[in-house]
Parts: sequence; C-alpha cells; structure tokens
Amino acid sequence: MSHGIEALFRAERARVLATTIRVTNGDFELAEEAVQEAFAAAVEAWRDAVPVEPRGWLVLAARNKAIDAIRRRVKLRQIVAAEEPAEPATAATELVAVPDDRLRLMFTCCHPALAPEAQIALTLRTLGGLTTEEIARAFLATPATMAQRLVRAKTKIKGARIPYEVPEASQLPERTDAVMRVIYLVFNEGYAATAGDAWIRRDLTAEAIRLGRLLVELLPASDGRAEAMGLLALMLLHDSRRDARTDAAGDLVLLEDQDRSRWDRAQIDEALALVPPALVGGAGPYALQAAIAALHASAPTAAETDWPQIAALFARLAQRAPSPVVALNYAVAIAMAHGPAAGLPHIDGLEPQLAGYHLWHAARADLLRRLGKLREAGAAYREALRLVGSEPERRFLERRLAEVTPASAR
Amino acid sequence: MQYLCLIYDNEKIWADLSEAESGRLFGEYMQFTQDIKASGHYLGGNALQPVATATTVRVRDGKTTTTDGPFAETREQLGGYYLIEAKDLDEATRIAARIPSAKIGSIEIRPVMATPDA
Repeated sequence: MSHGIEALFRAERARVLATTIRVTNGDFELAEEAVQEAFAAAVEAWRDAVPVEPRGWLVLAARNKAIDAIRRRVKLRQIVAAEEPAEPATAATELVAVPDDRLRLMFTCCHPALAPEAQIALTLRTLGGLTTEEIARAFLATPATMAQRLVRAKTKIKGARIPYEVPEASQLPERTDAVMRVIYLVFNEGYAATAGDAWIRRDLTAEAIRLGRLLVELLPASDGRAEAMGLLALMLLHDSRRDARTDAAGDLVLLEDQDRSRWDRAQIDEALALVPPALVGGAGPYALQAAIAALHASAPTAAETDWPQIAALFARLAQRAPSPVVALNYAVAIAMAHGPAAGLPHIDGLEPQLAGYHLWHAARADLLRRLGKLREAGAAYREALRLVGSEPERRFLERRLAEVTPASAR
Repeated sequence: MQYLCLIYDNEKIWADLSEAESGRLFGEYMQFTQDIKASGHYLGGNALQPVATATTVRVRDGKTTTTDGPFAETREQLGGYYLIEAKDLDEATRIAARIPSAKIGSIEIRPVMATPDA
C-alpha cells in the first residue's frame, strides 16, 4: 500500500467509522469489519487513481459492506422480507456532503454507563488512530486484557442500546464534561506519568490534543464549546513545555528553572488565542487553568510572572471547582505574589486535608526554606520524601533536603 | 426495547420509616406507576415480599437443594421491579431515576434479551 493511501486511511478512519456505526444502528463490531473491508476494497480499486471524493467513496463502500452483512444475518435468521433494512439512498448527490458523525461517536464512547477505563480505551481505538496493542502499552495492560475491555464495552453499547446520538440539550453540559474528562485523562496519562514507553506517551498527548481540537470544531457554539476551547488551550500550553521540563538525565526541571527558549512558541500562540473566548464563554475550570498556564507562558522570565493575577485566578478556580489541591496552588501563588510569610498560614491551614500529600509538605518546606527556617524545612522535606512516589521527584526533594541540611548534620 | 428495572433497597430503612413517611413513599410509587402507564412505558411490575420469605433453589448433578434466604447476602435487597419499554438506555435511565426508591436505594437497569420470533 502506498504511503499516500495509508495516510489517507489513517486520517479518514474515524469519520468513515462514525458514519458506518450510524448505518449499523450502533453495532461497533459490524461497522469496524465493514470499514476494514472498505479499505481493503479501496486498495484494489484505487490502484490507478484515487477518486475525487475518497471519503465519500469509503463511506459508501463501508455502508454497502455493512448492509450486505446485515442482509446475510437477516437471511440466516429467516426473518421476513418486510423486516429487511431499508435500502440506502445511494444517489450521488448525498455523497457530496458526507455528514460528520464523529461527535455522536465521542458521546457514545464516553457514555457514563461504560466503565471509565473502557471509555478511554474505546475513544482511543475508534476516534484516535491507536491500535489495541498501542493502547494496552500506554496503560500498562496486556493486549488480551485491553481487547477484552473493548469487546465488553462494544457489547454493552449494543446490548443495552446506549444511544448513538448527541445528547439532548438538558444533558449536553454534563455529557460534554464527561467527554472532556476522558480527553484530559488521556492527556495526563501521556504527560504526567514518567513511567513507561516515552514514544507511546508522546502519542497519547498528541492524540488528546487532536481530540480536543475535534471537540472544539464539532460542538455547537455554547458554553460547552467555550470550555472545550479552555481544555484545548490548557493541553497546548502544558505540552508546549514538553522539551524543557526534563533535563538530559531525565530529571524534572521546575517551571521557574526551565529554558523558556525551548518552549513551543507556535503552540503557545495558538493557545493564547483560545483563552479569551474560553473565559468570556463561561470561565469554567479548564478555561481558568488555561488562563493560569497562559500567564506562565507569557512571562519572559520566571521573575516577571504575574503572580497576583495567578493568585486571583486560583481564587476563582477554588470557587468554581473547590479542592484541597487548588487551595494549595492558591496558597503557593499568594506566597509568590506577596512573600513566603504571607503564603505560609494558607498552607498550614490545609494540613487536615493534605497531610498525606507529598506536594503539601514540599510546598511548605519550600516556604520555610525561603524564610530561613532551615531546621523546619528539613523536617518537611523528609516528610515529603517519605510520601513521594516518583523517582525524579524523589531526586529533586533529596537535592533540596541536602541544601537545607548543615554539612555537619549530613 | 424492553428493560427490567430491579429495585434494590434496604428493608431496614423501610421498616424504620414512620407511618407518615412510608405512606408518602407509597403514594409516590402509585403516582409514578400511573405516570409511566399513561406515557406508555409500563409493561409490568411488582413489589416483592421481604427477603425473609425468599427461598433459593439449585440443581446439582440432578439433585435439587433448597436453602432459606436470598442467593446473596447484601446490604440492599431486591424489593421489586418494573418492566418498561424505552427507546434506548438514556430513556430507560431517565425513567428509572424517577422510581421513588432511587433516592434511598439503587435501581439496576437490565436490558431484556431479545428472543427471535418472540
């Protein structure tokens, strides 16, 4: 198969599949087989020339394969002719505008009646270009386990009749949140984790950004779309720092110590344009986090970061989506804006909720260190080290602990 | 498509309700049943007697054994069911959420298996 056709298949697969699932009335397995057969037929038929409307060709071919398969099943069951599927409209005019069914595919893949890990797997398999083996590798599962998870999800969609449609207006905000949650989980799986295959993790962040773009493109203009823009901006901004956030040894480099010339400027510019409409359109949790990330991205140096503004945005985020971790970030922003002595009481106030969280101890240790209270800082670093999970973070905390520990005490 | 909505709640909660409270809940059940009959979703339904009256039967190697009590000891017991007609899982979920016990227990929605020629 030529590279051109292979790339075209990769680009068109989700769209062709999304429309074919509509033809098979929500039967994912049958639709996947039909799309596979349509691609195989295209390799034969396009040997000399690719048609003018390759997408239309593929959609029609897949639909015909699916209808053939349904007919065969119907015959097998000897059901009367009256119950046969309606003849599809094959008029060429219909092909000019192939409907885009990917949005309903997104909503069905992220339906709350499916287990969260199944939502992620199904989204990556059907809307993303990842194979079952790649998804298994990314989530540290065996291919057999992942294949089983996908089959179980598809069986439930068909058996319980999970609808293949964009939800009605009353449910749209909640269901859009569910889609965004899946996309952001995929992103974080690729971005935050330091274990596993680096290449496949880069693939996950790229896939999440692609899905985020798709959601912005397909959602009707509404508050939900503004928040989807916020999510896309947030992912673009985090990902723009991918090359600067680890050093040659694979150790984490803190935001303030990163070489800002290695940030992806084009990606930052794209994200910065998305932040104002996301804020105006509702200022949801993703939009607010994107606005915070945008302030970091816009600061020429760490020292010039607009911390008062960041603290104000964290305060709004704490109202909108309260959580102890957001409160911790607010406290850190206050410390950066008004000095460690101003931030410390905010941090100390969070002890009941966050005493088991290594980053609470690390943040507290950092403020104590900057206040010159080295003995207390050392105790806090040791507590953070006791709780930390990831190796790069452990090495960072050990370096800091060494800095605050007098040579005689080592 | 047909869905069986299995109503699980804690019998003890029902037993502990005051007469006025349980009367109100029964009233809600009667209203709900009337509503889904009127909207055409109702196919059938019953409340069950308490699990104290349950018997479990098994046949192994041709031998029938019966034991006292339900199959599984859980905090919530099967207390009744509705058989409904709904166009898809979303509609079934919306109907199940209106079953009064959804507020104190939980409703399991099970699609009924389609049998050919049935």
